[in-house]
Amino acid sequence: MTEKNASPVRVEKKFFTFAEPPDEMVLDSGARLGPITLAYETLGSLNDDKSNAVLILHACSGDSHVAGSYDEDDKRPGWWDNMVGPGKPVDTDRYFVICSNILGSCMGSTGPSSINPATGKPYGFDFPMVTIKDMVKAQKHLIDHLGITKIMSMLGGSVGGMQVLRWCADYPEMVQSAIPIATTTRHSAQAIAFNEVARQAIMSDPNWRGGNYYDDPGPDHGLAVARMIGHVTYLSDESMRSKFGRRLQNRSTLSFDFNGDFEVESYLRYQGSKFVERFDANSLLYITKAADYFDLERGDGNLLVNDALADIRFLVISFTSDWLYPTYQSKNLVSALKKNGSDVSFCEIDARWGHDAFLMPNEQMDKLISGFLERMSYEC
Amino acid sequence: MNAEVESVENTRFDLQIIASWIKPESRILDLGCGNGDLLHSLKQHRQTHGTGIELSENKVARCIERGLTVLQGDFREEVNDYPDLSFDYIILSQTLQQVMEPEELIPELLRIGRKVIVSFPNFGHWRIRLQILFSGQAPVTDQLPYEWYNTPNIRVITIRDFKRFLRIAGVRLAREVAINTHHHDREGHIIKNLTNLRATYGIMMLERPA
Repeated sequence: MTEKNASPVRVEKKFFTFAEPPDEMVLDSGARLGPITLAYETLGSLNDDKSNAVLILHACSGDSHVAGSYDEDDKRPGWWDNMVGPGKPVDTDRYFVICSNILGSCMGSTGPSSINPATGKPYGFDFPMVTIKDMVKAQKHLIDHLGITKIMSMLGGSVGGMQVLRWCADYPEMVQSAIPIATTTRHSAQAIAFNEVARQAIMSDPNWRGGNYYDDPGPDHGLAVARMIGHVTYLSDESMRSKFGRRLQNRSTLSFDFNGDFEVESYLRYQGSKFVERFDANSLLYITKAADYFDLERGDGNLLVNDALADIRFLVISFTSDWLYPTYQSKNLVSALKKNGSDVSFCEIDARWGHDAFLMPNEQMDKLISGFLERMSYEC
Repeated sequence: MNAEVESVENTRFDLQIIASWIKPESRILDLGCGNGDLLHSLKQHRQTHGTGIELSENKVARCIERGLTVLQGDFREEVNDYPDLSFDYIILSQTLQQVMEPEELIPELLRIGRKVIVSFPNFGHWRIRLQILFSGQAPVTDQLPYEWYNTPNIRVITIRDFKRFLRIAGVRLAREVAINTHHHDREGHIIKNLTNLRATYGIMMLERPA
């Protein structure tokens, strides 16, 4: 893992459109949606027998820009640039990496801010409810389009981890191995509660207008508050204590007003306002709802307890300070997978950064993922 | 990764004996697998399908890094999830003396595995007996190098004690070897006579009664 001085990795955002009417994709809810466009990016090259594909699933507000940069002016590399690239744990010199933007998002894939072909206007709240199952179904269209029948490994954290598990439940024959990180088999009441507060922040903003705000100023304030709530759940008591403590922002005494005294307030406000610039409020409503609906243990037992999953190799990773998807939820997942006779490894990494830990550079996680992928590359 | 150069010969002598009992391509569960030396050498030399369980995060990470399948956790809890006869062999090497409830653990292991292989330091060794007799203090040896106040070994087991336990628990002893080790347990030889007096370790393969 050396390439400090290596030439920058260039990537290109591509688009794949399918489900053109009358062949719309049938959603979990029974509604039909089409055409659907997915934005995606790839790194590395697919080998001749198409056995080196690694699919990366992004989290709630992520995008297809997993690593590298678009051009010289692109100052921000992809969101997992420390993990993905030449000589990195997900080594693009060896593996063909694919990352697509999820259905319902606003970063290039079809979502509520996309134009509804029936009306010529953005869908807004006419966009049908999509679930994690629908997101994965759409990704499968893309993988089929790329001519890949078996994915060597798929990995993702948080909502990305839910997609990993949904892939295993719905298309086990296409998955050789899976790395669900900091995730869960079902959204807990606590996680739903935080999402609902975030949604209410958006929907109670007068500018939200029932979701039809695309011609007017949007619900920026509500969206910023929603993001602030999200950020609190991504951190931990310990990480906030070490990052901010009770330090004051640009002042030495208390202000005795409500303009914000503390660094932590300033940080959350900054994160909120930065998020408004790049993300659509309706997309956040739809994606958080999809996460809340996620439950692989609903109905007739656990969808992960299935002999069809017996040949998938799993590496499950959790973090000690993650209280959004605490370790017990990963252990429940491991416990279900053991019943299939699946080959499953599990490691709880000691990290103080809360749920966010999965995106932070971490030597232990690098070792786990590179070692596991190495094994997969010769076991397939 | 230079893991490939390691071989059975470089591992602990009791593990060499255990490895020799394992049939090729069998399914193995190694409880308290440490850095995965046994699992790794079995995978290399016997093409086994192994899983390890280990409490230490760093050791688990080391195992996964070298391409092994390992679960982080307390094996007393982790074993409960497995369906019956999930494994051909379950290995409990030099760990039994640290287990709180062996009376419950051994039958549970025989539920999920066809055979259970146990190795433990023999507290009946003559050196231990002499230490108690002459010094009047809790014995400290190469195999049990701790003082009473810092030892993880909460059980004292002799080969004779363990066999008596197997009779009471109705467990069949399929195979047994007693060994005397030296050079940090990497070398040793098999003891045939007066094992409970002369052996530093007992190694036994357990089965459910036919």
